[in-house]
Amino acid sequence: MLEAEGLDVFYGKAQVLSGLSLHVARGEVVALLGRNGAGKTTTLKALMQMLPVARGTVRLSGTEITGAPPYRVARAGLGYVPEERRIFTQLTVRENLEVGRQKPREGVPAWTEEGLFALFPNLAERADAPGRALSGGEQQMLSIARTLMGNPACLLLDEPSEGIAPVIVAEMVRAIRRLKGEGLTILLSEQTLPFARAVADRVAVIDHGRVVFEGTFDALDAAPGIRADHLAV
Amino acid sequence: MGFFLAQILTGLANAGALFMVASGLSLIFGVTRIVNFAHGSFYMLGAYIGYTLMQVLPGAVGFWGAMLLAGVAVGVIGAFVEMVILRRVYAAPELFQLVATFGVILIVQDLALMIWGPEDLLGPRAPGLRGVVRIMGEPVPKYDLVLIGVTPLVALGLWALITKTRFGILVRAATQDREMVAALGVNQRWLFTGTFGLGCALAGLGGALQLPQGGADLLMDFTILTSVFVVVVIGGMGSLPGAYLAAVLISVLGVFGVAYLPQSTLALTFVVMVAVLMWRPFGLLGREEVAGEAGQVGPPEDPIRPAGWSVRAGVALALLALGALPLYGSDFALVLATDILIFCLFAASLHFLLGQAGLVSFGHAAFYGGGAYAAALLVRHAGAPMELALLLAPLIAGLLALAIGWVSLRATGVYFAMLTLAFAQLLWSLVWQWAEFTGGSDGMVGIWPADWAGGNAAFFWLAFVLCVAGILVLRHAAHAPLGYALRAARDNPARAAASGLAVARLQWVAFAFAGAMAGLAGGLFVFAKGSVFPNELEIARSFDALIVVFLGGVKTLSGGWVGGAVFEAGTDWLTRFEYWRLALGLTVLFIVTLAPQGIVGAARRLWQRGRS
Repeated sequence: MLEAEGLDVFYGKAQVLSGLSLHVARGEVVALLGRNGAGKTTTLKALMQMLPVARGTVRLSGTEITGAPPYRVARAGLGYVPEERRIFTQLTVRENLEVGRQKPREGVPAWTEEGLFALFPNLAERADAPGRALSGGEQQMLSIARTLMGNPACLLLDEPSEGIAPVIVAEMVRAIRRLKGEGLTILLSEQTLPFARAVADRVAVIDHGRVVFEGTFDALDAAPGIRADHLAV
Repeated sequence: MGFFLAQILTGLANAGALFMVASGLSLIFGVTRIVNFAHGSFYMLGAYIGYTLMQVLPGAVGFWGAMLLAGVAVGVIGAFVEMVILRRVYAAPELFQLVATFGVILIVQDLALMIWGPEDLLGPRAPGLRGVVRIMGEPVPKYDLVLIGVTPLVALGLWALITKTRFGILVRAATQDREMVAALGVNQRWLFTGTFGLGCALAGLGGALQLPQGGADLLMDFTILTSVFVVVVIGGMGSLPGAYLAAVLISVLGVFGVAYLPQSTLALTFVVMVAVLMWRPFGLLGREEVAGEAGQVGPPEDPIRPAGWSVRAGVALALLALGALPLYGSDFALVLATDILIFCLFAASLHFLLGQAGLVSFGHAAFYGGGAYAAALLVRHAGAPMELALLLAPLIAGLLALAIGWVSLRATGVYFAMLTLAFAQLLWSLVWQWAEFTGGSDGMVGIWPADWAGGNAAFFWLAFVLCVAGILVLRHAAHAPLGYALRAARDNPARAAASGLAVARLQWVAFAFAGAMAGLAGGLFVFAKGSVFPNELEIARSFDALIVVFLGGVKTLSGGWVGGAVFEAGTDWLTRFEYWRLALGLTVLFIVTLAPQGIVGAARRLWQRGRS
């Protein structure tokens, strides 16, 4: 579904990703684990073509999207939910969803406002509230819902559990499982192993801008060195 | 009571066109982050196109149809300009965008001159609305009442468009976070083109609507621009209700000013603006603009280094050759070289402000013209000798800059730029209106240099010494601690402040310093020409300097004077043609889109490419 091969990304002269390769199969949920500054956010932004990719290729459903403008990437079926949520604070919940709305896509679940309100009941209650009045968890839900309005085939979630209350985290786990059930492919970045374990099929560990481990959680547990060297703080 | 009401009604009527132009400017800025300097030009085009259409289309339907069509036509022209020019500069630093819109101003001015001629056109009266209505005994033109009614309708329509439609939702979303809107699959190109076209259509409609009151002339682009900037600064950039409120406030104030204190109208407007800014630095209903939030800061600049010995030797040789010009040059060459030197100093002073302090001033002519008028007034009214006048010109210009900077530097970014422009325009109007002291539009003539500097060669040497010294002082300041501190404050004000730099005071000092240097150039100019006219204070003069700095390259130390030399020599040649503005405008657009690093930057890149 989503394939990245040998990505190099620079911020000015500093190299942030070096030869990063990553594969996510159709219908799979993959967790991208890594410490602060390992390059998780950069990876997702590079996949979305929101950062210039100096070398390497990104393919979505077999079509190369490297260097395409982000709006085309989004229309090709890649949905991006940023870490900072970036909801439009001056717009209401409904209006935020409207910004994300795109035509239905073949072979992918088509989302409607009602469908998303059913997935995130909290949002339904606040449908006409301005974005700035939402709590952190509600903003996270709105950010995901807004991206789903574009009917993506593959979803990039940047640290969905960060900075939200434990009750909401449980709800987030439920929602992500539900999305997987709908057949959505998901790549999410995480700092915490428990959340990743709760939602993901497979895990990729990233450090210093490259993937140092890719496999199942069992395989990760069987390789204590990976956890000690690349995940433990 | 009746008189009072009539005044308010006139004010409300006058607010109409102002609101439409200001709301268009606001809308465009909100989405594209471009301050469209050419907005006044679209307003002017609306008036001219409306005029022509009214000649062709008959009757009342034709009259009102012509207005709407004029708006639509200007909208289409605006969309075209956006697609052909602005699309190429969205990612560029602010200054490029400004210069690109200056280019459009120049081109529109000459095109309007070509098509409609230099004569002012008297707007046709609205059919069936020629007379006046008596309201409490006071005559109020019927057309005014129409304007009072139409403006809220346009505002309401605009409000519905922005709040109720998908286009409006996207516009508001893009105003907040363009990158995210794109990541959600929205093709911003069409959103930007649509917004720009809509904003221009509003300006065009405004221009056509005021035809029965004001007609069409070639100066209306700059006239409205100043008022619009004041309105936008007071109302808050990006706020439609703010634009309406401020347009009404300024117009009503203006009408009462005319009635009670005719000389005070301008001053009154500025007093209100300053008061609002003191109270709310981002306008009545505006929100804070965070520098770089729209991603226009551009890549970090390389640190500047003192020039190597070979470069210094080359410059010294060139200076020697230039200094010896009286030995081999003609009189014409001497006069031209003097003009160029003076202009180079003026440009270098603005370049210092822009490049080192990162303060984009749109009103630098205030200090150039200020210095020029200071020198001329000293000679005329105090009988001062040239030497004293030349000494005091930079001092007075520096003091002026201290005063203007005190207010302007409270704002940042586009607000700062607009404030500086507004102050320059205030000074210009002051000189224009206070004719018994400044000579008004007749200027002051017969201000000649002292006997010893009277000859072309002697004055050339005087200008040579002072201008070269001035440029070297500016250059030295860039390499002195002041320069380091200013660049630190430019690149990261918060960190600079945390390191113990008094950012606000530093910028104030830089503003005054650059103003003083511009004043010296202005003082020299007066004695070079023997006269001074208000156009040395004009917006166009400020634009010249900005274009020059841009032409030379902002991110290079020598960009200011190199650009100045090329520009002054170029315009000397260009102005011999009738439509030189058109040529200059096209040149500017050409450079903006093809060589955005400017002359020095492009030369340096070529040199580096050649070496590697």
